[in-house]
Amino acid sequence: MSNEQIHAAPAQGASHGSHDHGHAEGGHHHHETFITKYIFSQDHKMIAKQFLVTGMAWAVLGGLMSVLFRIQLAYPDQNFPILETLLGHWAKGGKITAESYYALVTIHGTVMVFFVLTAGLSGTFSNFLIPLQVGARDMASPFMNMLSYWFFFTSAIIMLSSLFVETGPFSGGWTAYPPLSALGSTSPGSKTGMDLWLISMALFVVSQLLGGLNYIATVLNMRTKGMSMTRLPLTIWAFFFTAVLGVLSFPVLLSGFILLIFDRNFGTSFYLSDIFVNGIGALPNEGGSPILYQHLFWFLGHPEVYIIILPGMGIVSEVMSTNSRKPIFGYMAMIGSLFAIAILSFLVWAHHMFVSGLNPFLGSFFVLLTLLIAVPSAIKVFNWLTTLWRGNIRFTPGMLYSIGFVSMFISGGLTGIWLGNSALDIHLHDTYFIIAHFHLVMGVAGIFGMYAGIYHWYPKMFGRYMNNTLAYIHFWVTFAGAYLIFWPMHYEGLAGMPRRYYDYTNWESFKMFEGLNVFISIVAIIVFAVQLLFLFNFFYSMYKGRKVTSQNPWGSTTLEWTTPINPGHGNWPGEIPEVHRWAYDYGKDGKDFIAQTTPVGAGETTNH
Amino acid sequence: MSTFFIIAVLVLLFVVIFQIAKASEYVAILKGEEKARKHDNKINGFLMIAFLVLGLIGVYYCHEILKGRVLSESASIEGEKVDEMLNITLAVTGIVFIITQVLLFWFAYKYQESEKRKVFFFPHNNTMEVVWTVVPAIVLSILVVIGLRNWFIFTGDAPKESLIVEVTGRQFGWIFRYPGKDNQFGKRYFRNIDPSNNNLGLVWADNKELNQKADPATFDDIVNDNTMYVIKGRPVKLIIGSRDVIHDVGLVHFRLKMDAVPGIPTTLWFTPKYTTAEMKTKTGNSNFQYEISCNQMCGNGHYSMKGIIEVLEEDEYYAWIAKQKPYYYGAFPEKDPSAAPPTPGGVPSSSPDSAASITTASVIQAGGGQNNKLK
Repeated sequence: MSNEQIHAAPAQGASHGSHDHGHAEGGHHHHETFITKYIFSQDHKMIAKQFLVTGMAWAVLGGLMSVLFRIQLAYPDQNFPILETLLGHWAKGGKITAESYYALVTIHGTVMVFFVLTAGLSGTFSNFLIPLQVGARDMASPFMNMLSYWFFFTSAIIMLSSLFVETGPFSGGWTAYPPLSALGSTSPGSKTGMDLWLISMALFVVSQLLGGLNYIATVLNMRTKGMSMTRLPLTIWAFFFTAVLGVLSFPVLLSGFILLIFDRNFGTSFYLSDIFVNGIGALPNEGGSPILYQHLFWFLGHPEVYIIILPGMGIVSEVMSTNSRKPIFGYMAMIGSLFAIAILSFLVWAHHMFVSGLNPFLGSFFVLLTLLIAVPSAIKVFNWLTTLWRGNIRFTPGMLYSIGFVSMFISGGLTGIWLGNSALDIHLHDTYFIIAHFHLVMGVAGIFGMYAGIYHWYPKMFGRYMNNTLAYIHFWVTFAGAYLIFWPMHYEGLAGMPRRYYDYTNWESFKMFEGLNVFISIVAIIVFAVQLLFLFNFFYSMYKGRKVTSQNPWGSTTLEWTTPINPGHGNWPGEIPEVHRWAYDYGKDGKDFIAQTTPVGAGETTNH
Repeated sequence: MSTFFIIAVLVLLFVVIFQIAKASEYVAILKGEEKARKHDNKINGFLMIAFLVLGLIGVYYCHEILKGRVLSESASIEGEKVDEMLNITLAVTGIVFIITQVLLFWFAYKYQESEKRKVFFFPHNNTMEVVWTVVPAIVLSILVVIGLRNWFIFTGDAPKESLIVEVTGRQFGWIFRYPGKDNQFGKRYFRNIDPSNNNLGLVWADNKELNQKADPATFDDIVNDNTMYVIKGRPVKLIIGSRDVIHDVGLVHFRLKMDAVPGIPTTLWFTPKYTTAEMKTKTGNSNFQYEISCNQMCGNGHYSMKGIIEVLEEDEYYAWIAKQKPYYYGAFPEKDPSAAPPTPGGVPSSSPDSAASITTASVIQAGGGQNNKLK
C-alpha cells in the first residue's frame, strides 16, 4: 500500500540523471508510431513486456489445462456436461477422453517449461534488466532482440494452432520420446499435431539463440564505465549464465529434432529399429536407437531446468538483499556456485535415463555428478539464510515471493538427492515423486522467482504500483496451495503411482489415493483462481495503480533506479551514470544504502 | 444451471476481494502510508512464523494419514535395499529440511523491520562458506557410496540359478516367453511377427526371402500374455524388449523398473520374497496382485497397460509350466503330439490372441512335468 514511503526522502541514488523526464517518453529524437513503439519495438523494455504478456497468456492456458486434467484425475468416473459445452469432442459426454487427457498433459508440460518459464521468465527479465542494470542504452543488437520475440511469438501461434487440428495436438509427453513421437500410427497425436509441435519448437530454439547471444554480448561489452564484472548485480550474473547455457544446449535439442523430422518424413532410421505396429505391420526401419534421442533431448533438457531456475536465483538474491537492507552474503560464492551449477548442468543429463537401458557403469558417473550439484545449491541456500540473518526485513510482495522461492527450492531440491541416486531412482522414476520434485524445485520455485521479479520491478516497468492487499492474498494462498498440491504427491510416488495415467481405478496398487486426488485437484483449482486475481491486479494496476512518485521506491543501489520514473528508449536522458562500487552496499557505515553511482568516500573500505 | 451459479459466486467473490483491496489502499492513505506499511509488515512477519508452525504440523499430519497407504514391506530381497536407502536418505534430507526451513521462517519473523535494529553489515565470511561447502560434500559422498553399491547389485549379473523370462511390451499389453525344456530362447525377428499366431516373430520356419533358417530352439518356447509366473525365493531375470514404442516394466512391490526399448534388449533381476497368496494375507487385501505398470508414456492406452506377476511356490510353478503347450504348436497344430491324430473340425488349438492356451489342461505327454525343471 505504501511502498512509496520507504524512501520518501530524496535518496542518494537519485543524484544522477534528471528528474524532469518522468513523463516524457525519453529524450530521444527518433519518431515513434504505435507500431514501432508497441509492436515491432526495438526497445528492450517493450520487448521484455511483450515476452511477459505472452508468457502470462500461455501460463493461463497451461494452468487451465492442468485444471482440466486434474478434474479427470479427481473424478475419473463422473461426467461434467459443461466440459463438453466448452471443449466439444475433447470431452465427449462431459468426460475428458484419454486422447485429450494426454494432449493436455503434453501441451501443459511443453508450454510451461518453454513458453512460460523460459521465454516468460528469462525473456522478460534478461531483456528488461540487463541494459538497465549494466548501464546500457539497449541490447547489443536491438533488431535481433526484436526478432527473438517474433520468432517466439510465431512459435507460440503454431503451438496454439496444433490444438485445433483434427487428429489433435501432440500427446506423447513433453519429452517426445520416439518411436511414439516418430510414428503417427502409434498415436493420433503423433500425426499432424507432432509436425506442428516440432516446427514450433524449432522456431523457439531460434528465438532462444537470438536472445541468448544478445544477452551475452550485452553483458560482456556494454557495461557502463566502472561496472566491472564483479560489480554486477547477481541478477545479471544469473542471466548471463542462463544465456550461456541456452546458447550451448539449445542447438543440440534442435539437432535431435531435425533427426526426428527426418525419421518422421524422409524414411531415415536414426531412432527406429525393430518395430511392429498393431494394424500396420513391421516397419522397414532397422539399426536406429531410441536412446540416442534421449541423450540429445536431455543434453538440453537438463540445462533447461537450470535455464529456468538460474534467473529466479538471480532475482531472489537481488530482491532479498534489497529488502533485508543487508548485502547479499557471499557475493563471490554466489557467482561461484552459479558457475558450478552451470558447468555441472552439462554433465548430468543421463540421470533422466537411469532406467532407459543406459550402461549402468556410465550411470554411476552421472550419480556422482548429479549429487555434486547439491553442493553449490546448498551454498546458495545457506547464503540466502545468512542474508536474512540480522537484517531489517521489509515484506514487500517481491520479498515474500523470494522467501517462498527459497522454501520451495529447499523442499524440491532435497528430493533431488533421492532421485539423483540411481538405486533409488529405479523405484521412484516416472512416479508422482518426480512430479512433486520438479514442480516444487523448478515449476513453483521458477514461477515464484518470476512473481518476485514482477512485483519488484513493476514500478520500473509501468511507473505504478500493484495493489499490495491483492498481492498478499495472492502470495499466501499460492504458497500454501503449492505445498498442499505437491507435498502429498511424494507419498503417491513412494507408493509407486506412475505419472501420466488417465485413470487409476483399475489398479489394485494405486487406487487407494482416490480421496487424496480429489483434495489435490480442489486445491489446484483454488490456486489457479488466485492466479487470475494476480492477472487482474497486473492489468488493472497498469492503468489505475498508484503512481510512483520517487525515482527509487525500494531504496535500491542498482542502476535501473537512477533512470527517470518512466524511462524512454535509451534509458537515461543524459549521460549514462558511472559506477563506483558493487551493488550491495546496504547498511554499510550506518547508512541505509549507498547507490552504485556514489563515489567511494575517503577512507571507506570497499568490497569490489 | 448450477455451473452458472458457481461462476456467478466466483465472480462475486472476486469483486468483493477487489473492493476490500481497494478500500485498504484508501485507508492506508488516510492513516498515513508509512504507518500502514509497518502494520502490514507486522502481519506478514506473524504469518511467516504461523506458516512455519502450521506447515510443520501439516507435514506431520500428512505423514500420519498417508503412511499406511504407502507400500508396505518390499516383496523382493533387492527391494529391501531400496527401502533401507530410502530411510537413510529420508533421515539426512529430513534433518536438513527441518533446519533450513525453521531458520528461513524464524529469521524472516525475528528480523522483520524494526526501528531499533541496526543492520549487521556482513558481506562474507570464508570460514562459514568453507563449512557449508565441505559438510554437504561429505554427506553426499556417503550417499553416493551407498547408492552405487546397491546400483551395481541391481544392475549386475543375475545369479546363475535364476529363472529367465523374456518380457515384451506392445501397445498395450505384455507378452511373456519362457525358454521351455531346452532352457534356451529361440531366435526371433520382428518381420516374422504375425498377430494371429506368432506374436513375437519367432524364427520357426525357413524363410528364403529373409534368409532365415528355422531355429529348433523356438519349438519348445512357451509364450503367454498378461500374466507372468515366477517362483518364490528363486531369482528371476527379465530380458526386456518392446515390439513397438518404448514401454517400461514397473514393479512397484519389488521396487524396481526398467524400460522396454524396441531394438535394444534390457535386463532386470530380482528375488521375490512372498507368493501372491502370502501377500494377500499380509496386506489383508484379497484382491492383491503383483501388478506390472507401464511407466513410460506409450500412447493413449498407457494407463491400462497392466501385467500381472503370479509368485508361486516352487511345486505350484512346475505344475503350472507342465500344463503349458509350446507356442509352436499353436501355429503348427499338426506337430503337436497331444493333438494327434488331428480331427478336422475338432478343438481349435490356436486362439487369435494367445496360442498357448492355458485353459486346456492337457499335460505334455513327452517329458512330463518335473522334467521341465531348469538346470
